Amino acid sequence: MKFSKKRKTEILEGDLTPMIDMTFQLIAFFMLLINFSEVDRAEEITLPSSVLAVPPDVRPDYQIILNLEPGGKIKFEGQEVPEIDFMGPVLKQQVAAASREGVSEPDIAVIIRSHQDTPTGLVQELISKCQESELQTFSLRVKEKLR
Amino acid sequence: MRLEVSEPEEIKLNMTAMIDIVFQLLVFFIMTFKVVTMEGDFTVKMPMASQNASAELDVLPDIITVALRAGENGKINSIIVDGDETFAEADMYQKLTSLIALRLGAEADPENETETEVEFDIDYGLKYSYTVKAIEAVSGKIENGVVQKLIKKVKFKDSKRGG
Repeated sequence: MKFSKKRKTEILEGDLTPMIDMTFQLIAFFMLLINFSEVDRAEEITLPSSVLAVPPDVRPDYQIILNLEPGGKIKFEGQEVPEIDFMGPVLKQQVAAASREGVSEPDIAVIIRSHQDTPTGLVQELISKCQESELQTFSLRVKEKLR
Repeated sequence: MRLEVSEPEEIKLNMTAMIDIVFQLLVFFIMTFKVVTMEGDFTVKMPMASQNASAELDVLPDIITVALRAGENGKINSIIVDGDETFAEADMYQKLTSLIALRLGAEADPENETETEVEFDIDYGLKYSYTVKAIEAVSGKIENGVVQKLIKKVKFKDSKRGG
């Protein structure tokens, strides 16, 4: 039996250009959509939803985002405050930081992201705690429901 | 003079390293990607109560008091408007909206719309989602897909634990 002569092996090189093009497109897409400002949002909090709530047109000069859990624990900029009563010093610190940026107390927006099962009394306690620090503009944040 | 023309040679770049890095980047962005739901706000203006607050205003605003009473497990039981009208049925929020619209409509002066305020008196234990529903009910309604705004100023009355 006669074997045919073995052919010389060749390195196969596919054209990688379209793949690289697509990959760059994907990278550009994800890079544009990535949002690092979401650290203030505590993901475990389920907000109540509403059809009428509108996203704010302008970003306030200074905002304090407080995440309130049903048990009364507050998450704020990654720190946890176990009770509303301990919020005083934290708020004072924030007011001081805002005044260094030239924002006075009435212009500071306090955004309350409260879980939907939180007793409303706790939300009110949090609001009155903020009022002790002369804060007066409050926003109750809710999830936007499509009409 | 004789110029030697060399045959142009195809330059081959080694793409492997670049593709590796590009894939690393792609994986990073895919992993960190999060679908974010849109969020909106209801604004509540609540300055600290002070003696001269009412003196600053020339005209005192009309205030509609809305009491939200909690039932079992923090669910809503009834809505009482100005102490006399009580809604306790399943469609209490719609009734509240129509009552507010009626009150605002009765005041023919369009200027009045901005001046009327709603003060909420809410039971301590009422779940927050019911409060938000009530705020939504007083702040506007949707008719044929068009949003009609009602109350712009909302405030809370102090509520005490156990009260």
